[in-house]
Amino acid sequence: MKYDCIVVGGGHAGCEAAHITAFMGKKTLLITMNKKNIADMPCNPSIGGTAKGVIVRDIDALGGLMGKVADESHFQIKMLNSKKGPAVRSLRCQADKTTYPKNMLKRLEETENLNFMEATIENILVENNKIKGIVTSNNEEILCDALILTTGTYLKSNILRGAISTEGGPHGEARSNFLSDNLKKLGFTIQRLKTGTPPRIKAESIDFSVCSPEYGDNVFYTFSHDDKPKYKIEEQQKCYLIYTNEKTHQIIMENLDKSSMYGGYVTGVGPRYCPSIEDKIVRFKDKERHQLFLEPESMFYDEWYIQGFSTSMPEDVQEQMVHSLKGLEKAIITKYAYAIEYDAIDPLQLKPSLETKVIENLFTAGQINGTSGYEEAAGQGLIAGINAVLKLEEKEPFILKRNESYLGVLIDDLVTKGTNEPYRMLTSRAEYRLLLRHDNADIRLREYGHKLGTITEEMYKNYQNRLKEIEELKNFLKNTKLEVTEEVKTIFEENNFSLPINKTYFLELLKRPEITLDFLNEFILIPFSLDIKEIVSIDIKYEGYIKKTEKEIERMLKLEEKQIPKDIDYKNVKNLASEARQKLETIRPLSIGQASRISGVNPADISILAIYLKKEYGKNE
Amino acid sequence: MEDTIVAISTSLGKGAISIIRVSGKDALNLVNNIFKGKDLTQVNSHTIHYGYIIDGNEEIDEVLVMVMLSPKTFTTEDIVEINCHGSIATTNRILELLISSGARLAEPGEFTKRAFLNGRISLLEAESVSDLIESKSETQRKMALNGVNGRLTELVRNIRDKILDVIANIEVNIDYPEYDDAIEVTHEFLKEKVNSMKQDLELLLSNSKVGRIIKSGIDVALVGRPNVGKSSILNALLNEDKAIVTDISGTTRDIIEAKMNLNGIEINLIDTAGIRETEDVVEKIGVDKSKKIIDKADLVILVLNNNEELTNDDLELLEQIKNKTNLIFLNKTDLEQKIKLPDNLNIVKGNTKDLNGLEELKQKIIEMYELDKIEDKDLTYLSNVRQITLVTESLNSIKQVLKDIESDIPVDMLEIHLRNVFDKLGILIGETYEDELIDKLFKNFCLGK
Repeated sequence: MKYDCIVVGGGHAGCEAAHITAFMGKKTLLITMNKKNIADMPCNPSIGGTAKGVIVRDIDALGGLMGKVADESHFQIKMLNSKKGPAVRSLRCQADKTTYPKNMLKRLEETENLNFMEATIENILVENNKIKGIVTSNNEEILCDALILTTGTYLKSNILRGAISTEGGPHGEARSNFLSDNLKKLGFTIQRLKTGTPPRIKAESIDFSVCSPEYGDNVFYTFSHDDKPKYKIEEQQKCYLIYTNEKTHQIIMENLDKSSMYGGYVTGVGPRYCPSIEDKIVRFKDKERHQLFLEPESMFYDEWYIQGFSTSMPEDVQEQMVHSLKGLEKAIITKYAYAIEYDAIDPLQLKPSLETKVIENLFTAGQINGTSGYEEAAGQGLIAGINAVLKLEEKEPFILKRNESYLGVLIDDLVTKGTNEPYRMLTSRAEYRLLLRHDNADIRLREYGHKLGTITEEMYKNYQNRLKEIEELKNFLKNTKLEVTEEVKTIFEENNFSLPINKTYFLELLKRPEITLDFLNEFILIPFSLDIKEIVSIDIKYEGYIKKTEKEIERMLKLEEKQIPKDIDYKNVKNLASEARQKLETIRPLSIGQASRISGVNPADISILAIYLKKEYGKNE
Repeated sequence: MEDTIVAISTSLGKGAISIIRVSGKDALNLVNNIFKGKDLTQVNSHTIHYGYIIDGNEEIDEVLVMVMLSPKTFTTEDIVEINCHGSIATTNRILELLISSGARLAEPGEFTKRAFLNGRISLLEAESVSDLIESKSETQRKMALNGVNGRLTELVRNIRDKILDVIANIEVNIDYPEYDDAIEVTHEFLKEKVNSMKQDLELLLSNSKVGRIIKSGIDVALVGRPNVGKSSILNALLNEDKAIVTDISGTTRDIIEAKMNLNGIEINLIDTAGIRETEDVVEKIGVDKSKKIIDKADLVILVLNNNEELTNDDLELLEQIKNKTNLIFLNKTDLEQKIKLPDNLNIVKGNTKDLNGLEELKQKIIEMYELDKIEDKDLTYLSNVRQITLVTESLNSIKQVLKDIESDIPVDMLEIHLRNVFDKLGILIGETYEDELIDKLFKNFCLGK
């Protein structure tokens, strides 16, 4: 039996990868250790978040599943940063840990060309540096033309609580013992990373009356523009905000050396942006308290998640820590927090298509590439899947640029800068984020999806309809004038807005910072949906800023266009600093633009490289 | 870039000593072959040696030779410097000797180019070095040195650090909206920070204006109708300073240009005298020509005749200089006043016949440009158009932030401007790669095949 594509791992990366290769017509096998754990959410019970919410929409625009599954699986949704500027808004939902995996599995099972198998993979088959297949722990060989590894945290993983280290992945699942060693033998650099998760609490043991509730938004949202909201606003569940206190801090400080991290039991590197509670207390000694969020994991079982309380303390200390919290004095811990260490490859060994430079037709996505987060994983899975298919069809790879998608930023960062801690997407990593908004994901990406064949006709139509509506609203604003009647005058005065000249066009009015479409709606009904209104007002209101960003992008693209020949020998480029030469040799950037983003390669090195290219290859220009 | 280059690095014939600089992998051997004294290939780096430069058996000059070995040299290559006696003949003879034994005469700025390409100096420093080489006065030299020493870099870096702090804070607010770990960057908070950046940039710019004056001097145009006394003013000013009147060839052929010195600052006098008095269609050409000169000048001195009423040409000229820094020299005040001038003009009165009012004119220029205070100022200046443009653009962005704060534009949008300024200043000190820089290099350094 031979498959076009095999995907190893059924996490968020694996689901997207397997779905898209099958959707694009390739005979695909998804191998997972345990089919029950497909699309498992072993950490926080939410999908989206700052920057991540945009990734979900980007995935959706390109035909991925995460947004649609999240839309049918959550019990609370809100728009983060809604009070800030348009470029930083992002959706987050509390996804049900029972329904999300169930709904994902259902969609995968409905996907044509997609088969499943339960097995653990311990080696891969390679011939002439090209992938040939995989070997299971039962020594069964399965052949394929392309392989996508999305092994998550399961490579040689250890679960750590205090001094106790247990071999295995999340939920006490078995781990892959030899795959990372075998990858190393094939020439991969393996690094050890660490992440962690907080304790889970039995809901009925929490005194919610002393915790302050956090609600979902009163407005309907969906991640996917193809979806209608499937929830009732008033049925959204609450989360709660609580704080650590002096006693919590005291317990942690007294027991610090018992934690896996501070006791020296951890070898992996953890993420700075997602520190354990002991890290926060050590690093920010002056802070009297830290925020914690209580979030329900599922409507189908009685367990709550303490966001912000991840720790690697032994179980008895965790008991004390949890009980020191207000409202949790009598809490029953259902799952203790833990840190997990696992093997990952060095993403510098990846091409921007997520194919490895080491083995042809081998792709990797998700935590194996050194990232963290469900959304980051799903996005890479999707791109790896698309590129695996393109590779098999001998087509050019699909590489998103930094100005096109957060996925472009994510992958460019990974393959250009590498990472030595689990990489999480942050808004700040996207320099052109004003264009990478959640509201225009389909505008940015659906054309690609259509061309690549990763979306359905219906999805393409939805996008075209939205384009049409956007155009209509813009025309409406261009052609509608405001008659300054007595009534209009009063409304302006009530709002303390300066009165416009009679018969000013709506378009002009909307350019004023204080005037919104909702405000104009008071004068003439503007019959368009919320999301159309949002995208149009942003385009109009922030036109100057958008233009400025576009100018920056032009500058960047000019550098991207300066391609570096694939066969360049950096030894011939005289006068490069040795660090720069070494980095350039390893990373082998495709363009001057990419080269200039490599840390340790200075502007002077780039000048020298640019001059070399012009001298050696310029004749052909 | 492998060949060995040579050049005379002091002004020819000016000083008692001339220095000939050789850089490249054969520098040591080339000099050693024409040197009588110690075996230079055996000496330590950064040492000076006494001996003779010889051509066969002939001793050409008694010299000191400085040996500096790679990589701790200006170009990072081996450098040998020959200090010889300053006569033009001797210096040229040594230069020819080195060229005939295999060195190549360096192109202008080529040592600096090598230093830049070998990563020894940043572009900003490269610019400063060429300024240093070309500096004509002590003030100019001091200014160029400040650039080389990276003082400007440090100053700009400080401003960049301030911006980075604010950007980081805004980013934390965005990425962790529900956590109260960092202070929220409000409009008020931002305004305070941005105002301080604005001051820094403004200081840098106002100093740079002085910097440009030190470097290029002040271009002063003398305009006015024929026979109002322009040439007399020019000659009077020049006679006193014993400056040389040169007839600049090329496109500016018919404009008399001369240099004088005020408080150590070069004043480039441009007179349109030559045009009108030799040709017939003078008036028309004269107006066109003076328009061009007016555009180019830093300061325009309009000479008017006190003894005549304002003509249409005078009015036309007054209109033309309206938006320039200008001065009126009212000539022939020894004669009856017939002229009626509009108010608010910057006037110096005098008559060239008795050399009256010329001291006042000079004093006025000194006052206008604060030339008497230049020596005391901090000489960390931006010294060329590229640098000044980058800072001006940065300042404009910063001003835009302040404006947009008033319009209630969200802080995270304003950050776009801050990032832009951060990049621009990065380009300025060579910490951000800028493609135009390569174009500049190709233009100035003649690279490529």
